[in-house]
Amino acid sequence: MKPGRLKQILLLTDGCSNHGEDPIAVAALARNQGVTVNVIGVLDDRQNEKPQGLEEVEAIAEAGGGVSQIVYQKSLSQTVQMVTRQAMTQTIQGVVNKELQEILGKDQTIEELPPEKRGEVVEVVEDLGESCDLEVLVLVDTSASMHHKLPTVKEALYDLSLSLNARTGANEFSVHVFPDSKRAIRRMIDWTPELSEINSVFHKLSSGGYTPTGPALKEALYAFAAKPVYDRQDGVDPYEETGR
Amino acid sequence: MKKLDVNLHKGDMLQGKWNGRTYTIIRELGSGACGTVYLCKDSQGEKYALKIGGDSSRVMLEVNMLKKFSKVQGVKLGPSFVDVDDWEVRGKGVYPFYVMEYVEGKSVREFMRGRTKDWIGICALQLLTDLDHLHRAGYVFGDLKTDNLLVEKARIRWIDVGGVTPIGRAIKEYTEFYDRGYWGRGSRKADAAYDLFAVTMIMMEMVYPKRFSKGTDPVKVLESKLHAAIPLKPYRSVILGIWKGRYSSAGEVTRDLKRVLMHPGRSGSSRRRGKRMASETSEVLAFSCFVMAFFGVSIFSFWM
Ligand SMILES: Nc1ncnc2c1ncn2[C@@H]1O[C@H](COP(=O)(O)OP(=O)(O)O)[C@@H](O)[C@H]1O
Ligand SMILES: [Mg+2]
Repeated sequence: MKPGRLKQILLLTDGCSNHGEDPIAVAALARNQGVTVNVIGVLDDRQNEKPQGLEEVEAIAEAGGGVSQIVYQKSLSQTVQMVTRQAMTQTIQGVVNKELQEILGKDQTIEELPPEKRGEVVEVVEDLGESCDLEVLVLVDTSASMHHKLPTVKEALYDLSLSLNARTGANEFSVHVFPDSKRAIRRMIDWTPELSEINSVFHKLSSGGYTPTGPALKEALYAFAAKPVYDRQDGVDPYEETGR
Repeated sequence: MKKLDVNLHKGDMLQGKWNGRTYTIIRELGSGACGTVYLCKDSQGEKYALKIGGDSSRVMLEVNMLKKFSKVQGVKLGPSFVDVDDWEVRGKGVYPFYVMEYVEGKSVREFMRGRTKDWIGICALQLLTDLDHLHRAGYVFGDLKTDNLLVEKARIRWIDVGGVTPIGRAIKEYTEFYDRGYWGRGSRKADAAYDLFAVTMIMMEMVYPKRFSKGTDPVKVLESKLHAAIPLKPYRSVILGIWKGRYSSAGEVTRDLKRVLMHPGRSGSSRRRGKRMASETSEVLAFSCFVMAFFGVSIFSFWM
């Protein structure tokens, strides 16, 4: 099995969408295009109850085939890397499961193998997770309520690149924010293997009173598709199925 | 980490679907992010630790590591591996679990209570000895922290091998306080120095049990905490050396730590304490560690 190229959208938000199309539907669309959607709901450190709107967090990730987590600001860094890794493993496992089914029959999954065989399969999944290439489009909700959380977000994203760049596989990140007055999202950092430039981002942000999560996700999906082909080693269709 | 919902009680029995062995739960030993560990006994009445509640692939990864590292080059590193199986609960699902040696030990914090600062160095030395074997086998421990250690008969042992990573790969799992990346002291690529950093943070924790966070200037916070920690004074230069990346192997650190522990100005006080400790057999073991350390140092000075 050749390590593929995994594509993820990582959405960081703190509330529910209230503008434009349904983000859950867009997430489902993304998944269909081979892009996994992960969502992290960022709570204030003072908040002690899970606010209502954050149920959407789970629903978007589920539809997007990804992982979701609701966290306090202070544990954001560790969560961001965990969610990203978990989603990677999940995607790879999905691919491996599919291959297994081709070899062993329709309903065979990793879980149903005897422990010894399972042990061999998880090693393969681990190896792929280490060596596959990864593209992460980070989408940050910068609506007013998120503003004071942005320094933490910045730190968490820097930390994410630290974690992922320790892998053998190549990484590319790009950072977008929403809402934006002109388009649904605004690109802050173009595709780059390092997020060290992140410190200069998040200055001068306009904040709107609305949270168009759906349109933002859709725009993010376009951004994946528009990613120039020349920097793809394999030069294949941007919506190629992952893992093969 | 996905956590399966299992809650076992004293007397509960579970039988493996593949190997058929039955285990009876005695009590809970502890739980972490990836499952719960129970003390149990098998049909012969033999006591073991049983871990259950993690997702299937995580369980298998840990088993793979346990199998590999129960023994490396004849040296026992993690708990010995005993069994891996699935527990099928009708109507609820399948729970993968594994069984390993029961390490009957105290937490590091409990062990350190009332002990002298020499023990900070001795514990570090013990850890470094095991790490050296692991590193020579081509792996780093990764998530090295007090939660993943137990002290059995005055000897530190690690119990959670879930974070063990081949050298050169990305660290799979870490805890911020012990992670050099968090402190701005290097990458998360697995090398021996990654574990060495964690060892220094375990030493720091022995002085600051509540730990501390990095603030806005991590490098400075770390250094000022070190300078304020009186019990760490003898180890300061070794710790700083690790932080500055001056050591690339556990062996080098061991050499320098032994030198600190055997420093002539300190021997008097250690001997006094040694007498008190010798009453407990377990402590005698640690004392012999001292003697060995001394032996090591004398050989070393001979070569100089
Ligand atoms: N082999 C063992 N013998 C005795 N206690 C154990 C053993 N393994 C784990 N424990 C106890 O269970 C706790 C959780 O186990 P651990 O493997 O660290 O779980 P996690 O991977 O979720 O962190 C440990 O902190 C320890 O107290
Ligand atoms: Mg643990």
